Amino acid sequence: MALFLDQYADIFALRQALNNKQLSVKELTQALLGDIKQHANLNAFVDVQPELSLAQAEIAEQSLACGQAGALTGIPLAHKDIFVTEGWRTTAGSRMLADYRSPFDATVVQALLKVQTVSLGKLSCDEFAMGSGNEHAATGPVRNPWDHEVVPGGSSGGSAAAVAAGLVLGATGTDTGGSVRQPAALSGICGIKPTYGVASRFGMIAYASSLDQAGVMARSAADLALLLDAISGFDPRDATSIETCRGVANAPGRILSDYASFNDTKKTPQPLAGLRIGVPTEYFGDGLNNDVAQAVEQALVVLESLGAKRVSISLPNTALSIPAYYVIAPAEASSNLARYDAVRYGHRTETYTDLADMSARSRTEGFGEEVRKRIMIGTYVLSHGYYDAYYLQAQRVRRLIAQDFQRAFADQCDVIMGPVTPTVAPAIGSLSTDPTAEWLGDIYTLSVNLAGLPGLSIPCGFAPGHRSQPLPVGLQMIGNYFDEGRLLAVAHQFQLVTDWHQRRPGAST
Amino acid sequence: MALTESDVAFVAKLARLHITPEQEPAIKHELNQVMGLIEQLQSIDTAGVEPLAHPLSVLHDIELRLREDASLPTNTIAQRNHLMQNAPANADGLFLVPRVIE
Repeated sequence: MALFLDQYADIFALRQALNNKQLSVKELTQALLGDIKQHANLNAFVDVQPELSLAQAEIAEQSLACGQAGALTGIPLAHKDIFVTEGWRTTAGSRMLADYRSPFDATVVQALLKVQTVSLGKLSCDEFAMGSGNEHAATGPVRNPWDHEVVPGGSSGGSAAAVAAGLVLGATGTDTGGSVRQPAALSGICGIKPTYGVASRFGMIAYASSLDQAGVMARSAADLALLLDAISGFDPRDATSIETCRGVANAPGRILSDYASFNDTKKTPQPLAGLRIGVPTEYFGDGLNNDVAQAVEQALVVLESLGAKRVSISLPNTALSIPAYYVIAPAEASSNLARYDAVRYGHRTETYTDLADMSARSRTEGFGEEVRKRIMIGTYVLSHGYYDAYYLQAQRVRRLIAQDFQRAFADQCDVIMGPVTPTVAPAIGSLSTDPTAEWLGDIYTLSVNLAGLPGLSIPCGFAPGHRSQPLPVGLQMIGNYFDEGRLLAVAHQFQLVTDWHQRRPGAST
Repeated sequence: MALTESDVAFVAKLARLHITPEQEPAIKHELNQVMGLIEQLQSIDTAGVEPLAHPLSVLHDIELRLREDASLPTNTIAQRNHLMQNAPANADGLFLVPRVIE
């Protein structure tokens, strides 16, 4: 079934069509609302409000009419349901917030509204962003557009599926342990999480505050650069928001300017001459699927042909990122989710004896199994007598992991590359037997959050998956702090000579 | 160190979660699987390593900001009512809860 957005390769193509008045923002928005309805079986959207989207389209249309359109005016997006939004419901994929109505917009949502993008609604995610397959969502699993029997990845699974299917050109996501990069990889699209503190966490429903970062997902690195630049910036309402990045103000314009200067190399056909790519041996060990490894290897060969030099590096503490993450993230989650007390907002049970009983019964009914499990772990590792042994020890190991990266960036390489995930997307329901099995797939993404570094994922090939169907493989690029512009430029150079990012589900792969 | 069923009941109480005695064995088993994964941290030598709370403190000292302790223009009755619309039970600008003090 043809989709309206099939006609436009990326944001730049749609921008031209809008500027040339080949179509109006209103026509575009109406066509996409139709496509979203037609593809409801993906289960990607959790809330669509046509009149709100059309009102935003109207504002974008007026800007176009008076010649004041910016790069993103009228561009159709949608938001992960972890960002609070006025008008559209905000549930964080949880029964706990089934009836919640946000009285305000998240800073990221506001920022994208300010540059006149049009929101098509809210996208499904794992409950409170806890999960790797979008299977822990109150509204049920989301389907991967490449194969409806496999997961789109998680926790930003709805975002990945909507962009991959062609229902929107971009989406917001959040990345606490890989939740932007991993679904981008498994759904064959591009996604980036910036340095911790670059995008505001205000209005982003908290999971693990020292790891949570907003990110964006789209069809190309060039599109990511536009979107990420728009959501970056200092926000006094986020206590860990950054004011300056290496002496430059954390504000829109910084990432695009870095991106432009790294792209302006004048070294064609060797645009990446001088770039040192660190390839960690730990990212190519046991557990990595052969076909995935091969796709990543071929991508590295392409980058070498553009002038980059490959350097073998070691990040010796990589394996410890799993236990460190699964102490720190649940600990912070148990603290953050204590706010759901059935008093100020959220689900309240019908029958109870007293205040404590009301709170406990409401929380037990409102939270799903994975969330309850992580709250229990977090509560345990923070409890009296265990805080030092687990929580502080995990934070010490966290420093060792961050130092691994700093050593590599200090004198060995400019960017680090490897796979995003050990395998392609698994079948829906295939991971539910062992509670820790799903976590092991996060091995290549967790350490980036623990260190607070920027990371992106772009499509780099296909590998046989469920029923031997070809499924997308992602290439991960990790940069040093504030190096988002360089990462995006390297990804863009790769995409100028390859077409993996242009493959669409349904077409031949 | 393995958790016992009474540990599970205690943690559930701290976490404000309701667990029936019948559910305890299954939850205990699951938590112990997780603790098994986490346990390997204990064998890592971290003597002299400072815990890392804010990732960017690897780069430089991070000072967390405090906002000025001042009333904001949005602190109005209308705004309060707007914010309280999500309360399961409220009256006269107050959140209603079961009686705590007799």
